[in-house]
Amino acid sequence: MVLRISRSLVNSLVAHARADHPDEACGVIAGPVGSDRPERFIPMVNAARSPTFYEFDSADLLSLYREMDDQDEEPVVIYHSHTATEAYPSRTDIAYASEPHAHYVLVSTRECGADEGPFELRSYRITDGEVHEEPIEIVEG
Amino acid sequence: MTVEVRIPTILRPYTGGEKLVTASGDSLQAVISDLDAHYPGIGERLLDDSGLRRFVNVYLNDEDVRFLAGLATVVADGDSITILPAVAGG
Repeated sequence: MVLRISRSLVNSLVAHARADHPDEACGVIAGPVGSDRPERFIPMVNAARSPTFYEFDSADLLSLYREMDDQDEEPVVIYHSHTATEAYPSRTDIAYASEPHAHYVLVSTRECGADEGPFELRSYRITDGEVHEEPIEIVEG
Repeated sequence: MTVEVRIPTILRPYTGGEKLVTASGDSLQAVISDLDAHYPGIGERLLDDSGLRRFVNVYLNDEDVRFLAGLATVVADGDSITILPAVAGG
């Protein structure tokens, strides 16, 4: 599998990660069910407000899933940042991953921090405790 | 009491792919027991020895049951229960 994602969505995601640095940022990019097309950028609040953990607020989570359901969408991308380590899923990322069809995108801001500068962006499938990295194809737009 | 229960993607293998099922019981605990009787194994995905698993969110209508009475939350005919795994990690 390949994650195909537009440049503007990548920019939004990285901007969110920088803005929340040194805490972890998190969110979803929703798309039509079954399409595998990330289209609607939905930054979420990290209820844990932590540099080492993220969790969607439980009320926000319910609203998010209802809204996606109403619009025949699903979470095509679930993203979060690592602010001091590489963009590779941690043990807790793997343990709590619960969307087998989603692309889990990690961005590391350990080099750039809150500023412009190099970041690391990688994508994975996480299914039944197994991690498979996949290429990211960034399309202009 | 009969309630409808929304099942998240990751638990649909237990319900034969159904995203909406019905269950009966007068408390959340009883509803989960009833679910597990019909869909064996699903109970263990929701509960551990100390109760509702930390990274499973269960809502009665619009409210997270952790802010109600947890497993003792009383349910009424026509209520809607939604199960959503937390989106969380490190």
